[in-house]
Amino acid sequence: MIALLTRDLRLALRAGGGFGLGLAFFLILAVLVPLGVGPEPATLALIAPGILWVGALLACLLSLDRIFALDFEDGSLDLLATAPVPLEAVVTIKAVAHWLTTGLPLVLISPVLGLLLFLPAEAYLWLILSLLLGTPALSVIGTFGAALTVGLKRGGLLMSLLVLPLYIPTLVFGAEVVSRGAQGLAVGTPLALLGSITAGAVALLPFASALVLRINLR
Amino acid sequence: MASFWEYANPLKFMRTTDWLLPIVTVAAVVVTTIGLVWGFFFTPDDFRQGSTVKIVFLHVPSAMMAINIWVMMLVASLIWLIRRHHVSALAAKAAAPVGLVMTLIGLITGAVWGQPMWGTWWAWDPRLTSFLILFLFYLGYIALWAAIDDPDTGADLTAVLCLVGSVFAVLSRYAAIFWNQGLHQGASLSVQPGTRMDWAYKAPLYTCMVGFGLVFLALLLAGTRTEIRARRMKALVARERMA
Repeated sequence: MIALLTRDLRLALRAGGGFGLGLAFFLILAVLVPLGVGPEPATLALIAPGILWVGALLACLLSLDRIFALDFEDGSLDLLATAPVPLEAVVTIKAVAHWLTTGLPLVLISPVLGLLLFLPAEAYLWLILSLLLGTPALSVIGTFGAALTVGLKRGGLLMSLLVLPLYIPTLVFGAEVVSRGAQGLAVGTPLALLGSITAGAVALLPFASALVLRINLR
Repeated sequence: MASFWEYANPLKFMRTTDWLLPIVTVAAVVVTTIGLVWGFFFTPDDFRQGSTVKIVFLHVPSAMMAINIWVMMLVASLIWLIRRHHVSALAAKAAAPVGLVMTLIGLITGAVWGQPMWGTWWAWDPRLTSFLILFLFYLGYIALWAAIDDPDTGADLTAVLCLVGSVFAVLSRYAAIFWNQGLHQGASLSVQPGTRMDWAYKAPLYTCMVGFGLVFLALLLAGTRTEIRARRMKALVARERMA
């Protein structure tokens, strides 16, 4: 399992620049929004939590089809499915690898983008914390979407249609944490709800993903 | 007493719906027409909302069906996953477009009503938002069915999507409530005493709800029959090729 994790990480880091793409997309979004909305700090500060969360969501989405597609094409997914490691574990590892290469860098870069969008100083801690708590759910849910569409041609667009509605609760609570933090309000409730969604998704969705993957590999 | 599971046999299902479908169709047309005509032309105007109140006869039944159809799809998906009855999977497939249209009717009639009453076509109210999200779930479900060639794989994948989607749809509903307290009034109908609606409206409304249910049933049966026939056609073509 560790070998699978290091293999996936290595593939993501070395092969074809999939690693940087999500980050670059996140950055571009943070540049485009002020260009579109106008440079007033007050406006930007108001929408910054939402923009950063939507940006993280979309950046995550971009790299989802790489989770299984390459392994499916060269047949290593079939080998993984027949390996002694349970498929649920494989799926979890895949999600962890996706999070380490997409979610975690997003978390780390988000304060810089918060600066670009004039995020209020009180909100930085909550931005990082909410992304740290929420992005694992994005990876796990995304893995489910990727497993659903793995065998399909032109699966990418379909996957965004399937996955984005599933991201809604995470987005709502995540952005709520940051905007409440920015206004100096208590963030305990949305933070707890965000955490519970992540915990639930991490605990249950790998089973659904593995089930779906088995169906697709049949 | 015949068991419900007998209808898992496509042959039995077809034979029963052969005579059942025309009856349901006629009943659906009659009841819905009575309900809508009654509601639109033979109810008094509300003293505050004027005649716009009558849109309730489209809005409430379609919104109710939009949710119920998703629940029906959930049950059908579960039956497919657990007992592998093809009719069940095909029924879920046939129900989805009806649900999509019901959601759309609910949204559009709501917008048309909201314009004069709330002064806006759209508000990011929890109920409205959850309905838009439900619409997206229907779209995703239908798109997944359309994208997969193999019918059994499609049935499996969409069934799992329906299960997972249901959980997330409920979560989204509560997230939307948490996110924004809304404009939308509470439930129009309630089984609790002290209801807010007069019988002059309630009677045609109940008629419309039954009518919409029958319309759904008729479309569901017709759609499932079409799917079964399409499957048979495929099997026939395959057999021809083998021979």
